[in-house]
Amino acid sequence: MRPSLTAALVAALFATPVLADSWQDTLDAARGQTVYWNAWGGDERTNAFIAWVGEQTSARHGVSVRQVKLTDTAEAVTRVISEKAAGQDQGGSVDMIWINGPNFLAMKEQGLLHGPFVADLPNAQYLDLSPTSANSVDFTTSVDGMESPWRLAKFVFNYDSARVDAPPASMAAFVDWAADNPGRFTHPDPSNFMGGTFLKQALIELTPDASVLQQPATDGNYDAATAPLWQWYDALRPNLWRKGKAFPENQSVQQQLMNDGEIDMAMSFDPASTAGAIAEGLLPESARVFVPEGGTIGNVSFVAIPYNAANREGAMVVANFLLDPATQAHMQNIEVLGSYAVLDPAKLSADARAAFDALPTAPALPDLASLGPTLLEPHASWMERLTADWAKRYTR
Amino acid sequence: MTARDGRGLRIAVLAVLALGLLGPIAAGLGQTARAAFGVMPELGAVDPGLGPWRELSSIPGLWTSVKLTLWTGLAATLLSLMLAVGFCAVAHERMSNSAAARWLTPFLAAPHAAMAIGLAFVLAPSGWIARLLAPLMGWGNPPDLAIVNDPWGIALILGLMVKEVPFLLLVMLSALTQIPLRQNMAAGRMLGYGRGLVWMKIIAPQVWPLIRLPVMVVLAYALSTVDMGLILGPSNPPVLAVLLTRLFSDPDIARILPASAGALMQGLLVAAAFALLWLAELATRRLGLWWVRGGGRGSSAEPLLRAATALVMALFAIGTLAMLSLVIWSLAWRWPWPAALPQSWSLKAWGSPGAGWAHALGNTLLLAGATTAISLTLAIAWLEGEDRARRGRAAWAEALIYLPLLVPQIAFLYGLNILFLRLGISGGHVAVIWAQALFVFPYVMITLSDPWRALDPRLTRAAASLGAGPWRRLFAVKLPVLAMPILTAAAIGTAVSVAQYLPTLFMGAGRVATLTTEAVTLSSGSDRRVTGVYASLQAGLPLAAYAAAFLIPALVHRDRTVLKGASA
Amino acid sequence: MSLCLTDLTVRLKKTPPLFPALTLCIEPGEVATVMGPSGVGKSTLLDAVAGLLSPTFILSGQITLNGVDISPLPAEARRIGLMFQDAVLFPHLSVGDNLAFGLSRTVKGRRVRRDTVQEALTDAGLPGMYDRDPASLSGGQKSRAALMRTLLADPAALLLDEPFSKLDAGLRDEMRGFTFTHIRKREIPTLMVTHDPEDAEATNGPIITLSKAETSR
Repeated sequence: MRPSLTAALVAALFATPVLADSWQDTLDAARGQTVYWNAWGGDERTNAFIAWVGEQTSARHGVSVRQVKLTDTAEAVTRVISEKAAGQDQGGSVDMIWINGPNFLAMKEQGLLHGPFVADLPNAQYLDLSPTSANSVDFTTSVDGMESPWRLAKFVFNYDSARVDAPPASMAAFVDWAADNPGRFTHPDPSNFMGGTFLKQALIELTPDASVLQQPATDGNYDAATAPLWQWYDALRPNLWRKGKAFPENQSVQQQLMNDGEIDMAMSFDPASTAGAIAEGLLPESARVFVPEGGTIGNVSFVAIPYNAANREGAMVVANFLLDPATQAHMQNIEVLGSYAVLDPAKLSADARAAFDALPTAPALPDLASLGPTLLEPHASWMERLTADWAKRYTR
Repeated sequence: MTARDGRGLRIAVLAVLALGLLGPIAAGLGQTARAAFGVMPELGAVDPGLGPWRELSSIPGLWTSVKLTLWTGLAATLLSLMLAVGFCAVAHERMSNSAAARWLTPFLAAPHAAMAIGLAFVLAPSGWIARLLAPLMGWGNPPDLAIVNDPWGIALILGLMVKEVPFLLLVMLSALTQIPLRQNMAAGRMLGYGRGLVWMKIIAPQVWPLIRLPVMVVLAYALSTVDMGLILGPSNPPVLAVLLTRLFSDPDIARILPASAGALMQGLLVAAAFALLWLAELATRRLGLWWVRGGGRGSSAEPLLRAATALVMALFAIGTLAMLSLVIWSLAWRWPWPAALPQSWSLKAWGSPGAGWAHALGNTLLLAGATTAISLTLAIAWLEGEDRARRGRAAWAEALIYLPLLVPQIAFLYGLNILFLRLGISGGHVAVIWAQALFVFPYVMITLSDPWRALDPRLTRAAASLGAGPWRRLFAVKLPVLAMPILTAAAIGTAVSVAQYLPTLFMGAGRVATLTTEAVTLSSGSDRRVTGVYASLQAGLPLAAYAAAFLIPALVHRDRTVLKGASA
Repeated sequence: MSLCLTDLTVRLKKTPPLFPALTLCIEPGEVATVMGPSGVGKSTLLDAVAGLLSPTFILSGQITLNGVDISPLPAEARRIGLMFQDAVLFPHLSVGDNLAFGLSRTVKGRRVRRDTVQEALTDAGLPGMYDRDPASLSGGQKSRAALMRTLLADPAALLLDEPFSKLDAGLRDEMRGFTFTHIRKREIPTLMVTHDPEDAEATNGPIITLSKAETSR
């Protein structure tokens, strides 16, 4: 680790004074590059937004973007790993990854990332980069400028208001609701991050002392912290869809099940996705968002650049474009993507703020106040243990 | 012409096949085996040991996964075989081979993934069939039944059968032309045996040696499918090949070692299934002789044949619904439960550039064109080499052709990917073309061999006696006369290339997006309409290739009665 | 030009020759007939002369054309024409193109080649049939077209493999006359294999009867 740390320090020392020039150098080097952006491809609106980003960067900076659609972000991580295994330290096939949490931790720990680069991006000036900000801590892992934020994620549930009168008010209440409506609720497979997040969300509410979750999970603290969760889950599972023996692969499949009428509730990491899905014809008009009373887990989606990326400069240009206030406002538009912006409103100009205020609204689009408090992500090790433990307990 | 003729050609073909086909499979298997026993220097793993196997066996649900794999693979193959035999017994008299081929073509052309995506919608508790039944059954909500992704793998078995029954039917119909069927049938019936019994006691034993290899191909595929297993199979745990694909893509790099052990195990499972097939053949032969010598003539097979025919028709109906549902979804806007047809229609899925299907279609066409051209050239060179040496095909050569279809893809593809990475061609079109050609070539070769050998040898002899040298005989006589079978082989090559999932995914490093990789990815998304576009294109492309194979010779040879209507 | 076979035998590996060693010289325009029971190796003899012998056979003896040993040459270089029971016209080519396929390369120029073929068609009683599909010709027409195709290749010798056996009785006489007239006119040494004594009589040439080789040399 030491040489790369030294390199990072040296880079940080020299980066600041020559910022303007070096950014121009980056722009020059990036011109003509095609950035292979490895991003989960299960959401057509996101795919269309990425295509739009490519059109914009191509027109402005001569940088094209090609989305490599993943079913799981881990695929991209594996690809970089196999390239490193084969000694391909340059000209790698992955230029940029939509990433966070465990995947980021894995890549950072194994030295698979380029950076730090966030401070080099001119538009980083609009970000809150204070040490405790969600932009600086990703699932309790320090970001250290190795990944750049682009959209805000907050865990929410949605339900079909035509079928459900009152959704559960807390995680604990899901047990009773499912008992009254057997087979009408499920969660994605916990090996998928959305399924894992569902378990984490319940864990935060049910565990005796939530502050333990900010520490790494150990043999010593794990059992006590999770015992109430498994008790709760054992009561819930028999009344899940397909009696809790099969689970949708991810939240897209789950949303499709809700659209098909097989279940009444689903979940998402994007508060605007329900309104977006209605606009896209992917959910009934009666779909609405709800959150448990205690609030929900929130985190930030980042982009990172692998250490061997063939088009590193192009990737930086795209990462910077994503942070442009106009881009963020376009992204937050419910008719486009509806994802909440990552910028700090206090750092924006009046014009930029006005652009955000002028965005259209929709019936299924919750206002920030109704989303409740944002709960901190537990340390990544909890997710790993929960997922493995769940697999051990319920995979036969 | 002497035996020396074509020696250069044959050596060249053999060299290309040894280096291009046998080499990668052997090397890929070697890499996998090394990793399975803990040796992968790139990961810092240098000490051989059983660690990967221990880690593999500690994966929750592994043994369920293995059991599921064996159950779904064996059941799908056995049921497909039985249904195909039963259907063949009834249907072969009523339709000509060319009519049957035309009829089976859409099912053969549709890639497994597209069929699986369509079936997943048709069969689901909220799917098309349930929607049609809902008003009759008074269902307000879809029934909470495990139908698709069911823990017993029934949906997967059904999906495999929809694809494999037509394949086996085609293989059988072509095998039947090689035995004196009508005379055998007449003789058997005159001796007082019912139609079904003549089939089982006389015809089937003659047909079996001719279809054994294709049945093994079906068995190997059914045991190791990834795309169908992903879309239709059980999810918790999935079948072994899906479990391994996930392990290979795990962010924890060290998982490649247990994944390799699993890949080796997948190979062993297929080998064990082959052994089982061999034992079953031995046992059947013993029992069968005893049965035949008994001389029983009861006509009790008749109801069984009728049942098999009905089931095959049901499979075809479900398959047709599946294909149809893809097209309808691609044109739908809202199609909620329990509507039998979409509430609103839209061309948006076809028009949206974000979907990027044009790019995937372009890649797919490029790959199909390149792999088919390479495979066809090699196949023609091989067959021409055999002709010039005037020598039949040795058993080892026949085995060589089938090899890529009998070894499970996952057992050698990841190892091969490591090699391609070292060569610096991973992630590019060359690597994907190479990997796909491993599977396209056998099908092209198998398809072309019989019509090539059936060519009237006097045509080339006449040409030789008119002074035409070997190359002129090939290009001016053989290839034009064989235009129809060559184009049919090209269409099959196209269909096989379009359907390839794992080779494209692994070798293309995900950057070579084809209709199939995109359709499989999208099938785990929420938008059936966009999936419908990809899957429709994916199924439509091979179908177009078949149509071209049929129409081009008819146009070119429109004034030549002998060639125009040649059997498909 | 004369076609001579000297001590010619054919055998499979490790088996005795199919027929006793054959020595025979056929003069220009002469038609020699080989007769004998089925399976004695008549067709194999023709294959040996034509150069179409399967490699499983071993050939010994000499085949000379005008004194030159042609046995090492491949079939297409021997300038020996071969006629079958059936006409064996190429199904993908028109009648005229079938003839053009055979027409010797020494005839140069598009126009000249086409005229030559037209002339040959007229000669064969097939005027104006250049573009016809071979499948639409009658049996006799096919046979005549096939003979013309062979003759246009300008063969130095001709082999006939039961050339008339598949024709109707009436047509057979006509075809014999047509074939032998052309052979004599062009002075081509011809070796014919047949079952039919009438074929042999019509040639006025030597007749060799093959019998199974009793002894192994």
